Amino acid sequence: MTVAVHPTQSGEPVFYVADEHPHPEGYSTSLGFWIYLMSDCLIFAILFATFGVLGGNYAAGPAPKDLFELPLVAVNTSMLLLSSITYGFAMLTMQQNKVAQTQVWLAITGLFGLAFIGIELSEFAHMIHEGATPQRSAFLSAFFTLVGTHGLHVSCGLIWLVTLMVQVQKFGLIEANRRRLMCLSMFWHFLDVVWIGVFTFVYLLGVLR
Amino acid sequence: MSPDFLKLIFGRLTIESLPLHEPIVVGTFAVVATGGLVMLAGLTYLRLWGYLWREWFTSVDHKRIGIMYMILGIVMLLRGFADALMMRLQQALAFGGSEGYLNAHHYDQIFTAHGVIMIFFVAMPLVTGLMNYVVPLQIGARDVSFPFLNNFSFWMTVGGAVLVMASLFIGEFARTGWLAYPPLSNIGYSPDVGVDYYIWGLQVAGVGTTLSGINLICTIVKLRCPGMTMMKMPVFTWTSLCTNVLIVASFPVLTVVLALLTLDRYVGTNFFTNDFGGSPMMYVNLIWIWGHPEVYILVLPAFGIFSEVTSTFSGKRLFGYTSMVYATVVITILSYLVWLHHFFTMGSGASVNSFFGITTMIISIPTGAKMFNWLFTMYRGRIRYELPMLWTIAFMLTFVLGGMTGVLLAVPPADFVLHNSLFLIAHFHNVIIGGVVFGAFAGINYWFPKAFGFKLDPFWGKLSFWFWVTGFYLAFMPLYVLGLMGVTRRLRVFDDPSLQIWFIIAGIGAFLVFLGILSMLMQFAVSFLKREQLKDVTGDPWDARTLEWATSSPPPDYNFAFTPVVHDNDAWWDMKRRGYQRPLTGFKPIHMPSSTGTGIILAGLATAMGFGLIWYIWWLAALSFAGLLVVGIGHTFNYHRDFDIPADDVIRAEDARTKLLAGAK
Repeated sequence: MTVAVHPTQSGEPVFYVADEHPHPEGYSTSLGFWIYLMSDCLIFAILFATFGVLGGNYAAGPAPKDLFELPLVAVNTSMLLLSSITYGFAMLTMQQNKVAQTQVWLAITGLFGLAFIGIELSEFAHMIHEGATPQRSAFLSAFFTLVGTHGLHVSCGLIWLVTLMVQVQKFGLIEANRRRLMCLSMFWHFLDVVWIGVFTFVYLLGVLR
Repeated sequence: MSPDFLKLIFGRLTIESLPLHEPIVVGTFAVVATGGLVMLAGLTYLRLWGYLWREWFTSVDHKRIGIMYMILGIVMLLRGFADALMMRLQQALAFGGSEGYLNAHHYDQIFTAHGVIMIFFVAMPLVTGLMNYVVPLQIGARDVSFPFLNNFSFWMTVGGAVLVMASLFIGEFARTGWLAYPPLSNIGYSPDVGVDYYIWGLQVAGVGTTLSGINLICTIVKLRCPGMTMMKMPVFTWTSLCTNVLIVASFPVLTVVLALLTLDRYVGTNFFTNDFGGSPMMYVNLIWIWGHPEVYILVLPAFGIFSEVTSTFSGKRLFGYTSMVYATVVITILSYLVWLHHFFTMGSGASVNSFFGITTMIISIPTGAKMFNWLFTMYRGRIRYELPMLWTIAFMLTFVLGGMTGVLLAVPPADFVLHNSLFLIAHFHNVIIGGVVFGAFAGINYWFPKAFGFKLDPFWGKLSFWFWVTGFYLAFMPLYVLGLMGVTRRLRVFDDPSLQIWFIIAGIGAFLVFLGILSMLMQFAVSFLKREQLKDVTGDPWDARTLEWATSSPPPDYNFAFTPVVHDNDAWWDMKRRGYQRPLTGFKPIHMPSSTGTGIILAGLATAMGFGLIWYIWWLAALSFAGLLVVGIGHTFNYHRDFDIPADDVIRAEDARTKLLAGAK
């Protein structure tokens, strides 16, 4: 904020702001949301570290090579990456104040997210069906927890997305809703980045292991 | 009714879960229940419920929330200290074949509960409460960045405390020690609800702590008044900033490690088990990656309080402001690089142990720098020995001693001898009581007149001070001796009768501390009764230096009628010196956040969910979770969360103050 803190012309120091304007609504929100994201990032960091330490402990059970189907994971990854692109389009149309188009892009984003969750759940079901349950070994415990936590985040993002679509429909692209869409955007791209870590670190390196 | 049906409704909660066979617990319950009922009846009789709900429980005012945090901390101190007294009595008695008066089942719960309560529900609320109250005032802000979140954070902390307290009467608490190391805390060795109370109590409270950390960082970064650059912030605000950075950067680790333990216990995963590739050592590492920063989370704000107190009561600018700030930041960073010193004996090898031993010793350098800064601030100052200053001097002497035994423990070979001995117990009580508790008491005595408009009674305050300080030394110096003789922690009975005298001395010390606590409660009561005599109308009873003293005591809802402009580190001192005139006209409406009951409702639901999960009452857990979603999402549909205090109200409040100030002269 640029307020004159220097002495006035008469030489008297200024000790208070006579003509004050309150901080605009949501003044701290983006900083607060960034800090929240970093704390969430730390949650993933610890889960990655746990996977790093325990990821090789198969306890004579199945190893990544026996379990992971990279083509399926590639499809899944593309779902999430595409959803990030479409979210970007939603933000662009939001800037142009086009409610209907924003809603369409948000809906497409949601569908991609839903596809991602669907594929992930079917992968989990398949693994569990084959006996590769979270209880089978420390590797599988760490795998299911890391990937599952990411999936849980995406699911929360989906609930949030639907909520915001209702709010945009009801109240339009008002300042508060724009701010919320911006926060969800950061959250959504953040999950994308985390997934790239999961894809590389868990799946690709896992198969090489 | 069929057992299956009962199980569906009550989970594993049965009539046998109530500790009716433990006379001590039943007696405690009778006392607590009677006291509670009397209080509830009193509140109802005086028709205070509406007032409490409107003005306090749903308030988003950082000052009210700060005070509620302090009350929570002091109430929980009574519980945590009752545990301490029971342990001291048991250890003083259980010699020469005597079993003492506590059975192992009960004793193990007591030492666990003592640690958990003192750290999470006494020290944390006291520290958070002071930060909440003071920081926005010190930076010339009207409230925190996210006032609703602040209210929610507080009630989540209360929810965690409620769960831990419930364990006393419904079921039992963990018998694992305060950090619940696996495999002992895993389902195989702790199949009952104790560890689950521990987990859900801390998770519920942990959400509150993390959010409050984010909130205060944003507040300090974004809401400082014009002219207050980072290097003009009061030291307490600086230490609060660093503490909240530590909170945000360490509590997620606790959240994850407890979540993994939860999965091990509820789902049967193998993170910390002995077989199927699990690693209990992983837990110990992770929990201390949170745990070591945690001790600095507690002590940094205390350092900030001592800085404010020392310069105020020496009548001098703080010596070495810049070095104080850098020392704080260095401690913040270093606190992440020392966690392994809590388990040198794990067997990480000489190189790893050396690294962590050295980083630990390095921390004493910035801490020492702070100590010298305080000394040089006092040097040639006109020192006034008021209560906050007394606590500060007691801190300086006690903390140096505790710090030196810490450096001793940082030497890995020495630690191999002293690990988990009473020497360690004496060390960390020496720094936590000498640092955090004395700091909180200095802060309470210092800022009480700001919060309530009258000073605390010095007679009972000094009595409390002397009981506490002598009691502390009597209670913990014998533990150093016992530790050097090889006595380990958490023992319930002893064989060697020659040790008994030391435990008796420690017990006497604990009793003196008990008198100290009683004197403090008396101090509050007497001060309230003598509030007219102890009244301060100036808003600046100590002739202090920072902005919080520029406004009235207690401050109006909006803190400052006009946002201050700062030119100096000691902003208020500068204003006084350069003839600041309080504005008397030109008041305008002030934009403020509105109260909301959402925070307390959400926290209540989270607590109910925790209770359901602890007892395997799945319907309750599911229902509360659904409730959380509905209420949480419902809250986001409310777009009107602020209001304007009309200019007339501001004028009325400021005119009243003008009259008071005129009367004071």
